[in-house]
Amino acid sequence: MDLLLKIWRQKNSTEKGGVQNYRIKNIEPDMSFLEMLDVLNQQLINEGDDPIAFDHDCREGICGSCSLVINGAPHGPDKGTTTCQLHMRKFKSGDTIYIEPFRSSSFPVIKDLVVDRSAFDRIQQAGGYVSINTSGNTVDANATPIPKPDADEAFKSAACIGCGACVAACKNSSAMLFVGAKVSQYAHLPQGKVERKERVINMVEQMDKEGFGSCTNTGACEAHCPKDISLDNIMRLNQEYLKSKIL
Amino acid sequence: MQSSIVKKVLMALSGIFLMFFLLQHLAINLTSLIPDDGKTFNAISHFMGYNPIVQFILQPILIFGVCFHFIMGLILEYQNRKARNKKYIYHNTNSSWISKNMIITGLVILAFLALHFYDFWIPEMEYKYINYEDSDPTKYFHELKEKFNGETYRTAIYCVSFILLGMHLNHGLSSSFQSVGVTPSRDRLLRKVANIYSFGISLGFIAIAVFHYFIH
Repeated sequence: MDLLLKIWRQKNSTEKGGVQNYRIKNIEPDMSFLEMLDVLNQQLINEGDDPIAFDHDCREGICGSCSLVINGAPHGPDKGTTTCQLHMRKFKSGDTIYIEPFRSSSFPVIKDLVVDRSAFDRIQQAGGYVSINTSGNTVDANATPIPKPDADEAFKSAACIGCGACVAACKNSSAMLFVGAKVSQYAHLPQGKVERKERVINMVEQMDKEGFGSCTNTGACEAHCPKDISLDNIMRLNQEYLKSKIL
Repeated sequence: MQSSIVKKVLMALSGIFLMFFLLQHLAINLTSLIPDDGKTFNAISHFMGYNPIVQFILQPILIFGVCFHFIMGLILEYQNRKARNKKYIYHNTNSSWISKNMIITGLVILAFLALHFYDFWIPEMEYKYINYEDSDPTKYFHELKEKFNGETYRTAIYCVSFILLGMHLNHGLSSSFQSVGVTPSRDRLLRKVANIYSFGISLGFIAIAVFHYFIH
């Protein structure tokens, strides 16, 4: 496959970036998208150019490190797939592919396609956890009976890998799908009941502090989520927040 | 009021309140289509225009609701635009035009409201509270006829505004129930109610304007 890549290049967070064109040849259709970028980077290194910076880690759709907005879609054209699991067979030889970083005021560009997503870490630190006694008396998680429907719902929400595609897809850069998934995950489980009130209030407060926009229910986040996290999580977040404030 | 969720909930609640108002406004205006020379329409309009509870309690609440909904909408729009500082070069979206452009349909409705107030509400306030004219319980139907009969531009502007109002309501209704945490916005029953309500409001008001445009 021969491709024309239009890639966002930016030296650092303060300099103005822009799109640069790269022609790449002999790409195998069975390569992953990131492997294609690896080939391009090797080509750039051989030519003495600065390789393109992009985030990646596990390359098996679990860690949430990879990002990229490919042809306007966070994680590319495949539904329910991370960039690292996207394959080049999704494209045709001769295609032009636009590759941009996730865009949000709360995710500033560090370099090229790498953005600072530490805002998500701070939201998680504000309440996305359960306090467990780890002083040698830890109770086995499976010893607490949980109704199957609750466990299933919690698991669906827990599938969120915190990649930030929801923020990148939303016209308001809203993080409510991410926060909703984290709040819902614990709200369904008995282990999450103890800190239920503080969790949602603190996480929403931190989300607002980070400067994310608010949800206008366009559904773009759900459509682009690589883990198919449902919009219902936002409804549950609103519910949990109101309950915590009123009751 | 600082929390984004609280702002969204207040936006939704004021929207739900305005949706109830629109329903009663349409119900009253539909009586102008009854072939009784406007007797029913005049009677209800006169009651609404001179009842102290409607005039001095419900009307101020309504005006507050309208202003609040618009101001909160503009505040949220400003904050949302600030949150997305840079646009994509290649834009590909999966959302509907209506859901992404509530601010546009909202601003058109705001402009329409200014025209609607100029046409009906300001003359009414002048008549009652500035000139202190004696009340004429038969004037409402004639005023309505006068505004629309043969008035192509006004009727067209009203009709276009009603279409955009319907679009705004369609997303607004389902969205508001999600914002208050009652049910997901794509809930089948909620979507049906939103479609019927928005289509009904839009078509109802258009029918009234078109009817009075053609029938003298």
